Amino acid sequence: MSAPTSPAAVPDAVVVHARVEPTAGLRRRVVTGLLLVAVGLVTVLGWGLGSGPGDATFRFGGGAAIRLPDLTVPGTATPVLLGAVVLALGAFQLVRGFRLRRTPVVVGVTLACFVVAFLAWAMSGRAGGSIDVVQLLQSTVFLATPLVLGALAGVLGERSGVVNVAIEGQMLTGAFAGALVATLAGSLGAGVVGAVLAGAAVGWLLAVFALRYQVNQVILGVVLNAAALGFTGWAYKALMQADTERFNSPGVLQPLPIPLLSDLPVVGPLLFSANVVVYLMYVLVVALQVVLFRTRWGLRTRAVGEHPKAAATVGIPVLRVRYVNVVVAGGMAGLAGAYLSIGTIGPFTENMSAGKGFIALAAVIFGRWSPKGAVAASLLFGFFAALQTLVGILPTPAAVPSSFLAMLPYLATILAVAGFVGRVRAPAASGEVYP
Amino acid sequence: MELELRGITKRFGALVANDAIDLVVREGEIHALLGENGAGKSTLMNVLYGLHAPDEGEILVDGRPVTFSSPGDAMDAGIGMVHQHFMLVPTFTATENIVLGSELVRGGGLLDRRRARQRVVETSERFGLAVPPDALVADLAVGVQQRVEIVKALLRQAQVLVLDEPTAVLTPAETDDLMRVMRELADAGTSIVFITHKLREVRAVADRITVIRRGRVVGEASPSSSSEELAALMVGRDVRLTVHKAPATPGDVVLDVEGIRVTDGAGTVLLDDVSLTVRAGEVLAVAGVDGNGQTELTRAVVGLQAVDAGRLSLSGEDVTGEGVAGLLARGVGYVPEDRLHDGLVGSFSIAENLVLDLSSSPEFSSGPALDRAAVARNAEARVAEFDIRTSSPQAAVSTLSGGNQQKVVLAREMSRPLKLLVVAQPTRGVDVGSQEFVHQRIVAERDRGAAVVLVSTELDEVRALADRIVVLYRGRIAGEVGPGATQEELGLLMAGARPSGAAAASATASTATDPERDSA
Repeated sequence: MSAPTSPAAVPDAVVVHARVEPTAGLRRRVVTGLLLVAVGLVTVLGWGLGSGPGDATFRFGGGAAIRLPDLTVPGTATPVLLGAVVLALGAFQLVRGFRLRRTPVVVGVTLACFVVAFLAWAMSGRAGGSIDVVQLLQSTVFLATPLVLGALAGVLGERSGVVNVAIEGQMLTGAFAGALVATLAGSLGAGVVGAVLAGAAVGWLLAVFALRYQVNQVILGVVLNAAALGFTGWAYKALMQADTERFNSPGVLQPLPIPLLSDLPVVGPLLFSANVVVYLMYVLVVALQVVLFRTRWGLRTRAVGEHPKAAATVGIPVLRVRYVNVVVAGGMAGLAGAYLSIGTIGPFTENMSAGKGFIALAAVIFGRWSPKGAVAASLLFGFFAALQTLVGILPTPAAVPSSFLAMLPYLATILAVAGFVGRVRAPAASGEVYP
Repeated sequence: MELELRGITKRFGALVANDAIDLVVREGEIHALLGENGAGKSTLMNVLYGLHAPDEGEILVDGRPVTFSSPGDAMDAGIGMVHQHFMLVPTFTATENIVLGSELVRGGGLLDRRRARQRVVETSERFGLAVPPDALVADLAVGVQQRVEIVKALLRQAQVLVLDEPTAVLTPAETDDLMRVMRELADAGTSIVFITHKLREVRAVADRITVIRRGRVVGEASPSSSSEELAALMVGRDVRLTVHKAPATPGDVVLDVEGIRVTDGAGTVLLDDVSLTVRAGEVLAVAGVDGNGQTELTRAVVGLQAVDAGRLSLSGEDVTGEGVAGLLARGVGYVPEDRLHDGLVGSFSIAENLVLDLSSSPEFSSGPALDRAAVARNAEARVAEFDIRTSSPQAAVSTLSGGNQQKVVLAREMSRPLKLLVVAQPTRGVDVGSQEFVHQRIVAERDRGAAVVLVSTELDEVRALADRIVVLYRGRIAGEVGPGATQEELGLLMAGARPSGAAAASATASTATDPERDSA
């Protein structure tokens, strides 16, 4: 082994690969370009030229002490202009192509143009049509809260290497337990605690079967969801319907406006006049972001989710880390359930989670397995749901079938998951059996 | 610190992986543990590292018996291990990987990144192991990843460092650098257990050598023993380390690869403008460190990987974009680098695996039904011809040893008339005894007139079999040399350095005059 140790013989420490536009790139560029053009055409022709005679007024009320002035825009020119912006984006995409990492920005701008144009059209049916933007955003936050909490549960589970398909079941059990405990104890606070514990209990079931008995995690999640639906449905009929007074009249968590902050225009009514579950959600989002990326526990959790063997060889108890994370995640989904029952309407009703756990799961992927991303994705889904209810009461020039609008958030989910996140990798060991 | 293993026995069911092994590692020595794949070296080290509990025997540290029930216990006792497959999280930085499991924290469990980084830099400077502390491990060259692993062990105050096949993924220059580091660590008092099957490296760096065969210690050797003596001790009989072959008689061009480019889904260029030709009756070896595009090249040639640009032709016909079935029908044989993943169906019998790609040919089928009698007859013949050691051709192929599995793959591919044979890592995980056989069959196929593309990271194998050698470096051909190229020339190419024009020319010229020169 008499070899030269000239510096040229040792490769550089950091490997730098050349990059080109991926093969899938050309096809993707053309397809997304055409999609943008189609959206632009719909905006110009449908919302713009199809608009009624009225102007569109955006109000910023929401019951805050200080108000912003209203914004009135022409009902036809606005959608045409916004549609032109989308068409320009589409043309650029077809001819030159945006860089891949600009995709979120492009899609965001397109979505914003489309939605504002649609709202302008929806208000133009007759003169004086108006929308309270703050109210729209308020109901967005309202509808997004359970999604955010559910998605946080998903992020925590997957980061530690366990796919949590049982978010739906954890939510539903939490909603049930929240209403039941709050009624029995006569305390809404106890209801919240009960919901968290019930969700954590379902999380614990998931952990035991996935980690100790190594059941396939996706199938296990589906089974737990079915079990939760069956159990709560049976208990609802057997207990709650039989004696509503004794078992299912918990009351509703009241909003707790934060002094001063709740008086601010727009953000006051939007963020600082909510109930305790929403405030807990704020805390959890920040806490989870910090815990996952800045603490010892988070580093170990991510190591266990990426490369459990490597974690084990430095003495990290892989299964224990996963157990704790999955159970805590279950508690978060249980809190989402509490919001559905005692945080919103009070009593429990059968299958009241209605698929929100699955949308939360989509938000996990859409949000790229980070708490921040999960929040953004959940807000988007929540916004679409809020839009659906709002449009029903607007003077639209033509009838908008409500089933079509009901479909939108789900359609957005599929498009988002298929188109947006193709490049992003899940935690490498997510769903894998260990050891 | 002195480490002693006394009478370690470890059984897995009926298999005795370690049979009463005694081993003493003294302070500050480099102790090589030499043995073939499957001899029980890794099992022994996993016992030492607390990953397996021994069935019998004890571990003594400085004369005191200890028991390790987890890697954490072993680390606390001062034992560090660099695994053959690195135990690093690719999405973490070098510093994060090094401190994982013994993180420094400020109040509230918050990571103290600044101090962690500082400790990593200090340790790497103290031992002369340069490590970029903030780079993602996934972006690091393999040799640097290995340094990260070593720093990880040293930061935990390892006094006994176990290196499991550490040179398998290194360029010759990186190997030399590792040996320098090993020597420096040993001189500073760290004991090193060096697990390997590479004789040259053992002789170059070890202070003492313990040879293991079939789970038992079969002897100690001194570093001054010859390669042949060590190999005989390791295998249990005399082995020939050279391959005898006649000079090549190249015929027409069979495979012509012109400027192909392969990228992954994210646009990373894995093969860039690779051109090569292989003629009938010659072996073209593709050398290089693992992960420099060899996998993509073989997969592209056999149609498993779409190319973004460039052309592939077979005997003058354009076959770019032609599917696997079409290429097989044209007479392409393929021995993949990972047999159990790509070459065989583990739970199928040997007989079934021998006709995997022939099951629809008239020879083995009638209509939609498989002709079981013909399949069985074929299996009997191949098992005899290729000396496949098995109790029955109906046994599942996963029950065979690595060498015999490889013979099954070779037997299947060579049961058709081949124009082009693509062999990747033909002797990886194959015992030395079977290696000879595999090499002979490859040369025989060449002499029969097939063009052979041999992809290998083992330089000895490349130089023994090749008629011409190209070296891949980061997806490009770094250069072409003759089989007489020295370790140094190949090492430079493998590290991406272009040889001077004169050196390249003389290497090519030597092909013509001295094609048979081998070197074991």
